[in-house]
Amino acid sequence: MKYLHNIGAYFIMIKDIFRKPTKWSVMKTLILKDIDDLIIGSLGIVAFIAFFVGGVVAIQTSLNINNPLIPKYLVGFATRQSIILEFAPTFISIIMAGKVGSFITSSIGTMRVTEQIDALEVMGINAINYLVFPKFIALTLYPFIISIAMFLGILGGLAACVYGGYGTLEDYIEGVQNDFIPFHMAYAFIKTMVFAFILATIPSFYGYFMKGGALEVGKASTTSFVWTSVVIILLNFLLTSLLLG
Amino acid sequence: MIEVKDLHKSFGEAHILKGITTSFEKGKTNLIIGQSGSGKTVFLKCLLGLFEYEEGSISYDGKIFSALSADEKRELRAEIGMVFQGSALFDSMTIAENVMFPLRMFTKQSKSEMEDRVNVVLNRVNLENAHKKMPSEASGGMQKRVAIARAIVNNPKYLFCDEPNSGLDPKTAIVIDNLIQEITDEFNITTVINSHDMNSVMEIGEKIVFLKDGLKAWEGSKETIFRTDNEAVTNFVYSSELFKKVRKMYLEENQ
Repeated sequence: MKYLHNIGAYFIMIKDIFRKPTKWSVMKTLILKDIDDLIIGSLGIVAFIAFFVGGVVAIQTSLNINNPLIPKYLVGFATRQSIILEFAPTFISIIMAGKVGSFITSSIGTMRVTEQIDALEVMGINAINYLVFPKFIALTLYPFIISIAMFLGILGGLAACVYGGYGTLEDYIEGVQNDFIPFHMAYAFIKTMVFAFILATIPSFYGYFMKGGALEVGKASTTSFVWTSVVIILLNFLLTSLLLG
Repeated sequence: MIEVKDLHKSFGEAHILKGITTSFEKGKTNLIIGQSGSGKTVFLKCLLGLFEYEEGSISYDGKIFSALSADEKRELRAEIGMVFQGSALFDSMTIAENVMFPLRMFTKQSKSEMEDRVNVVLNRVNLENAHKKMPSEASGGMQKRVAIARAIVNNPKYLFCDEPNSGLDPKTAIVIDNLIQEITDEFNITTVINSHDMNSVMEIGEKIVFLKDGLKAWEGSKETIFRTDNEAVTNFVYSSELFKKVRKMYLEENQ
């Protein structure tokens, strides 16, 4: 029953995000702040992880190719496919569920604990619109982060491959360019936009509806991370079946 | 004036408010007192529209809250100022931005007009030089004064305060009490304070409503509370030896 109640409350919250909008002059400032916190603030960690994971994918692929009949450019090809199809959109989103999701849950949860949300409601402000809508708009820029992760992942693979002695630059670039299907980019960005919506709303839900004190803020952040990750993984399966199956 | 008639509120099986009828007068500091668990906070949240109630009515100057449309409720809420127990200042904003917030949300004033108004109210609560500080850099007493400034910046008709003295030293608590009393007189607003601070009761209780187990057990003023024979009130208000002595002296002096 509790799960059904939560699912219902989540969809009511989604409806309330777009109801009774906050004054634009105030909302503008909130959106810019959330772009800074959620997008710009995540670039460093995403770049770091994407670069090194791209490198590891290239090394692993290279080490597992023993058959001389398999062309050397497969390293670049496999790295590109892994990064574009799964690593950048899905696994970066799981990482973002930890980084951005926890931040959203704990910041909104702290506002709940310290009665700041009550203060907004007493003033007659739609607190859900005020708090969640700017995050939703900020995360429409999430594909920008994923594009950077794709680029740096492939670049990391190139660096590891060439400077680690696992293949030549020419082979790697040939692999990256080989048999490129533009729809794969569309598939990746469709997933990215869906995950952006999940990243904005599920952590907000757990922060907004939390009850209790500081300890519960911590628990809500953990629960939010778990459920955001679960939903991302399930939707990844569903979207992959629908779009590529 | 705020009128409450036969107010009932439950949470599941727990019947918290069991039919409260009272009124809070304009231009007066009205105190709601009672032990922890007596229903004070629930009552205040019902008055503010944060909780929906099952039975009864609350009217603000004749307008029954539950009968108002969403737009009318929003208009009414813009006339309400609230000071929360923990101040509830927005911690991502400076003190001046906190005070300016209701003006930005509900008025079409220019930036300079808003800044002028913020200066006026911050001066009124004796915080002339705190504009650029963050709430985390302010003391508890300062935070309460900022919360009062934010509550009155948009010239509210109704001011609600939830335990405005909690966590403050006695001297600062008196400063806050006096400030609320002065603001109530100055702007002729209906002020409702939720408190269990007996100093506040004696200092500013122009009207006092005593709640016990979700019911109004007594109502009166700071003058009549000394003379009441209501056992529930005397057991609560004069529970300490100090207040027993104060009451005894008062009654002897006024015999």
